[in-house]
Amino acid sequence: MKAEQISIFLENRAGRLEEVTRVLAEADISIRALSLADTSDFGILRLIVSDHEKAKVALKEHGFTVGRNAVVAVEVPDAPGGLHSILKLLCAGGINVEYMYAFVHQCEKSAVIIVRFDRTDQAIELLQKNNIPIIPGEQLYKI
Amino acid sequence: MIFDMDIETLPREELEALQLKRLKGLCERVYANVAFYRKAFDELGVKPSDIKSLADVRYLPFTEKQDLRNHYPFGLFAVPKDNVVRIHASSGTTGRATVAGYTQRDVNNWATMMARSLTAAGASRRDIIHVAYGYGLFTGGLGAHYGAERLGATTVPVSGGGTRRQAMLLRDFGATVLCCTPSYSLVLYETALEAGIDLKELPLRIGVFGAEPWTDEMRREIEKKMGIKAIDIYGLSEVMGPGVGIECVEAQNGAHLQEDHFLCEVIDPETKEPVKPGEVGELVITTLTKEAQPLIRYRTRDITRLETVPCKCGRTTARMVRVQGRSDDMLIIRGVNVFPSQIESILLETEGLTPYYQLVVEREGNLDTLTVQVEVDEKIFSDEVRKLQRLEGKIQKNIKEFLGVTALVKLVEPRAIQRSEGKAKRVLDLRHA
Repeated sequence: MKAEQISIFLENRAGRLEEVTRVLAEADISIRALSLADTSDFGILRLIVSDHEKAKVALKEHGFTVGRNAVVAVEVPDAPGGLHSILKLLCAGGINVEYMYAFVHQCEKSAVIIVRFDRTDQAIELLQKNNIPIIPGEQLYKI
Repeated sequence: MIFDMDIETLPREELEALQLKRLKGLCERVYANVAFYRKAFDELGVKPSDIKSLADVRYLPFTEKQDLRNHYPFGLFAVPKDNVVRIHASSGTTGRATVAGYTQRDVNNWATMMARSLTAAGASRRDIIHVAYGYGLFTGGLGAHYGAERLGATTVPVSGGGTRRQAMLLRDFGATVLCCTPSYSLVLYETALEAGIDLKELPLRIGVFGAEPWTDEMRREIEKKMGIKAIDIYGLSEVMGPGVGIECVEAQNGAHLQEDHFLCEVIDPETKEPVKPGEVGELVITTLTKEAQPLIRYRTRDITRLETVPCKCGRTTARMVRVQGRSDDMLIIRGVNVFPSQIESILLETEGLTPYYQLVVEREGNLDTLTVQVEVDEKIFSDEVRKLQRLEGKIQKNIKEFLGVTALVKLVEPRAIQRSEGKAKRVLDLRHA
C-alpha cells in the first residue's frame, strides 16, 4: 500500500528547481505531487512522479543527489474535520507524521494527502483497520 | 631516562662522523641497487664517492612522495624481496598508496627507536602501554607496539575504534601510557566521561600523541582534562613510522630526532636550498640505516626548524620545533592551524563518511571566516530537513571541538565543488584575492 516518493537535494540557488523540472520534462515524466522544504541554504524537493525509477536515473545522470522513501497516500474526506479525524487516530496510535503535503489531483469527494510517517507499516495497518482509504502506489503514479 | 645512553648523548662531532660514514655507505647501496637513484645520481652528475662531508648531501637528488607512487609497489627496494619481512602502506588520498618495506634489521631499528621514544616520553618497563593507533598497514599501531615490547612494558594492542570499550579497558587494565592521535585522545576522553569514566581519575599519566599536527593549546587542553603529560611524537611512514622524533618529558619543547638513523636538513621549499641554521623551512630526511627502502633527501613537506642548543634532558640530538605546517596545504584561521586532512578526519569521525568537501576561507573585516562545504551524497542525504540540519550542526561542533576554530558548515550539491584532474580542490583561500 506504500507509495514511492523521490527526494532531491537542492542548493538555494537560482535555477536549481527549474533544472529539475527540465530534466523530468525531457524524460517525459509527470509530476503527481510535490512539496519543497527549505532552509536558508538548501532545500529538499519531494516528488511523486509517474515513473520514479526513470526519474531517479535521469536526475542522477544530471548530478542530483536523489533519495527514495516510502510514503502513504491517504484519502481524506473533503469535509470539515476530515483530516483531523485521521490525525487523531494516528496520534492515538503513537504514530508521528514527519511531514505531509496535498496531492494535486482531487478524487471525487475527497482530497489526497501524501504523508511520511516515522513508522510506515504500522501507520498503514492502523489506517486500514479503521477503513481509511489508501491509494496504492501503482494507482497513484497513473492518476 | 635515556634508553640508549651512548648514542643519544653522543657529542655532536662524533654523531656527525657516524652520520657521514653511514651516508657514504647509503649512497653506495642505493647507487648499486636502486635503478631510480642510479639514474637520478647520473642525471645530476654525482657519484657516491663525491660525498666527502655531510654538507655534500646537498648535491644529492631529492625524493618526493610522487616518486614513491611512481615506483609502486616495490620499485624502490634496495634489497631482494626475500629479505623484506614487513610491508606498510599509507592509504593515499590521491591515487596510489605509498608503500614502505622493512628488513628484519629495519624492524629491529624501528623498535629500538620507538623504545627510545617511549623512554623519552617518561615511560619505562614498569608501564602499561595502551596502543590505540590503528594496527595494520598504517605504521602507527605496529610501530608503537614493537617499541613498547622492546622497552619491556606491558603492551595492550587495542588498535583504533570501539571507543567506549577502550575507555573500559583503560580503566580495567590501569594503563599508564596512552598512544594515539591527539584528536582521538579527546574523543576517548569525552566518550569515557559519557560512560562514567573520568580519565583524570585513572592511573594514566602519559600520552604519546602523533600522526597529525596539533597545537600547544590542544596540548594544554589534553593535559588539563586528563591530568597527564602529553608528548608529541613525530614520524612518517615513508621513512619509517612513529619514532623518527620524540619530545622529551623534561623539556617538552621540540622532538629530538633520531639522528644516528636519519640525516635531517631544512630547506627553502621554493629554492630547495638549505636554509641558515635554525631557520624555518621544510624538513628533508635521508634514511641513513634503512635497508629495504632507503630514501635520499625525502621531502617531508613538514615546515619546521631545527634547534641544536643542548637540551636539559641530556640528549645531544637536534630537536625539531613543533611542525608549523606543510609546504603544501596548511591554513591559519584566526591563529589556528587548519589542515584539510584534519577536516577530513572530522568528517570521517562524525558520520564515518568520506564526502567531497572544500574549505573556503574569506576575510570579513579583520576576521577570517572558514566555511566547510560538504557535498551531499546518497549516504548523507535525507528527505527530512532536520536530519540534514543536525548533521551540519554536528560537523560544526566537532570542528570547533577538535580544531578550536569556528566554521560554518554548508551542505552543497554533488559536483558543486570544482574538481581538477578528478580530485577536489580542497582549499579556496579568498583572503588575498
